[in-house]
Amino acid sequence: MQRIGVFVCWCGSNIAGTVDVQAVSDALQNEPGVVFSTNYQYMCSQAGQDIIKNAIAEHKLTGIVVCSCSPRMHEATFRKTAAAAGLNPYMVEIANIREQCSWVHKDMPTGTEKAIILGKAAVAKVNLNAPLKPGESPVTKRALVIGGGIAGIQTALDIAEAGFPVDIVEKKPTIGGKMAQLDKTFPTLDCAACILTPKMVDVAQNENIRIFSYSEIEEVGGFVGNFDVKIRKKARFVNEDICTGCGICTEKCPQKKVPNEFNLGMDNRRAIYIPFAQAVPKVATIDADYCTMLKTGKCGVCSKVCTAGAIDYTQKDEIIEEKYGAIVAATGFNPISMDKFDEYAYNQSKDVITSLEFERLTNAAGPSAGKLVRPSDGKHPHTIVFVQCVGSRCSACAEKGKEYCSKICCMYTAKHAMLTRDKYPDTDVYVFYIDVRTPGKAFDEFYRRAVEEYGVHYIKGMVGKVSPEGDKLMVQASDILANKQLHIEADLVVLAAAIEPDKSARPLATQLTASMDTNDFFTEAHPKLRPVESPTAGVFLSGTCQGPKDIPETVSQASAAAAKVIGLLAKDKLTGNPCVAGSDELMCNGCSSCERVCPYGAITYVDKEFRMPDRTTRVRRVASVNEAVCQGCGACTVACPSGAMDLKGFATKQIIAEVDAICR
Amino acid sequence: MQINGEFQPKIVAFCCNWCSYAGADLAGNNRLAYPENVKIIKVPCSCRVNPMFILRAFQRGADGVILCGCHPGDCHYTSGNYYTRRRMALLFSMLNYLGIEKERTRVEWVSAAEGAKFAQTMNEFTEAVAALGENKRLEDLRCKK
Repeated sequence: MQRIGVFVCWCGSNIAGTVDVQAVSDALQNEPGVVFSTNYQYMCSQAGQDIIKNAIAEHKLTGIVVCSCSPRMHEATFRKTAAAAGLNPYMVEIANIREQCSWVHKDMPTGTEKAIILGKAAVAKVNLNAPLKPGESPVTKRALVIGGGIAGIQTALDIAEAGFPVDIVEKKPTIGGKMAQLDKTFPTLDCAACILTPKMVDVAQNENIRIFSYSEIEEVGGFVGNFDVKIRKKARFVNEDICTGCGICTEKCPQKKVPNEFNLGMDNRRAIYIPFAQAVPKVATIDADYCTMLKTGKCGVCSKVCTAGAIDYTQKDEIIEEKYGAIVAATGFNPISMDKFDEYAYNQSKDVITSLEFERLTNAAGPSAGKLVRPSDGKHPHTIVFVQCVGSRCSACAEKGKEYCSKICCMYTAKHAMLTRDKYPDTDVYVFYIDVRTPGKAFDEFYRRAVEEYGVHYIKGMVGKVSPEGDKLMVQASDILANKQLHIEADLVVLAAAIEPDKSARPLATQLTASMDTNDFFTEAHPKLRPVESPTAGVFLSGTCQGPKDIPETVSQASAAAAKVIGLLAKDKLTGNPCVAGSDELMCNGCSSCERVCPYGAITYVDKEFRMPDRTTRVRRVASVNEAVCQGCGACTVACPSGAMDLKGFATKQIIAEVDAICR
Repeated sequence: MQINGEFQPKIVAFCCNWCSYAGADLAGNNRLAYPENVKIIKVPCSCRVNPMFILRAFQRGADGVILCGCHPGDCHYTSGNYYTRRRMALLFSMLNYLGIEKERTRVEWVSAAEGAKFAQTMNEFTEAVAALGENKRLEDLRCKK
């Protein structure tokens, strides 16, 4: 028989406001096995934990029920408390009377009644708990970073600095990501390339870092400390080890009409290309969709001009298999498609562009060599209208845009407006906004400079319609502070498109079994206290794949993720989850049902000798669970027809006891 | 169970640790009310729920049983919720044959981010079960005190 202690937490007034905690601890006092029951203001505090420790010693407790917040919050805390007092940590159960009781029910009698029932269920479970000991597994001291933007770069560099090998997998031919496409960066206006490209070179030169560019994740298996990953290295038809990146092939290729994605389709590149001059790795890639040689077998110009002999038209996709201890998702973002925003005439006029396109137009390496011109006729625009929140904060138009704030648009629009006025003082610049949001170090000062020093016209109100008329764009908008309608004849309209997670994030989350929110951003293990960890052990989050962020925030999160990875890789052994399946060999009839449903292949069969009652021995085939591989889902326990398979910590008897307590 | 002459159904909700239990926590964090009739039992994965648990609940006087798991494709254990889907389709149709109306049983996918969906699901489910009245088909009177 267990000797159970019940500890009811008030959580200040969070629980005590809706639940009569005294009544709960009194009611649970009379439950079978309970020898001690009390309540306290904050059980998780040092004083609260001391109450638990003292009670364990004084009443020789063998099990503990804490009626408090969610086990996702403090189960680990109370398990540690129990362990510190010499009790097996798995003899602790939490009754969640905050998130699932006091916070969702309004009045005291119902809240108290439910809390008592939840407490009874937990007591019933603890009565059947058994001490568990976690197994240990080794850690593969190598990290995988998925995505080679500034987030992935920073994470990889930090991990490599600590002495652990890192692989970066980037789906594009070069690392650099979105930041490589930017011109200047707010609020200091330093040039993006000047601060990014040295980091890219650092990555290339770091002995601990391998870059798999033009590669994608094919398959992820295993678990924290021991992930097995297959990487598909797509055929680029150029031998990376031989190519010197001289670029002659990219000048001689006769296929000139390929939209250049690096410049967002505003100019063309060849079928063999290097995305930009500072690309890392600086290796040419053949675009199989456009290459005449690959499509028709007739051409071969690049192969003829390549002095290094790096062109290989027969190259095939390669699958690389590697083991990793930790995985960092850094898949980044994209601006949303403007196709559904007909009112801004994005598809009707070349002179309606997105902010990222504006960024390329002002970039010295961009399609216009840094001269701000209209994409349609190459003329200098004299009136520019910036439209904020295109698809952001769009709760009414959920099928078009996003409900969330994209966070970076206010600042980059201020930057664009300021730089335009600085370089071309003859230009009239209008910015239409819902609110200007500039929290951040030196951000508001930056925005105010745009308004006060550079004379940018900030107008609170939204643009209703943009209609091309001749070579002008007629902008209809409202100024809600002056309460009037505006008609502006603009030469260029720039849309601050909302940002969304990259399309590759969703399938990746499935491969990693990491969870996502409804907007396809990765969810963090705890929104405040564990912001760079995914709920899936060993998977970490870096940058905008977790939520909209600017560069400073992305870099800090990237370093934070790296610190977490380093902490994991520094361990020699990981303690596993002791809640694993186990088979009762005497009941098992070796039918293989459990083996067939196990997603991890943790179940094998062994022939075992059994002594029979008549003192003879018989060899029988029985299931055996590899505890290091079992993740404890419990699929096998239900599949087992003889009831031999059970799950530690969530045993059939324990769950039935909970059901009984709830239905009592 | 009757309280003040009004029928209050007993509802057991099995929630998987990774998605739905966290979704229920989120409903709590956001103070999204749902009926206190719903009592949650945490399981590692919805596929841990043995049909026996559901039969046991009805036998012991539950009026409705709901299983919540990760969305298809999002299972923390890759395929657990697919097993749940298949097993429960079978079990629920058998229960329906036995006279446990199909409105008393339900499988719902609730992600860790869907606190609102959790609360809404529980509101709807409780209402549907309450409308059916007490479960008397499987209740074992010997279990009553």
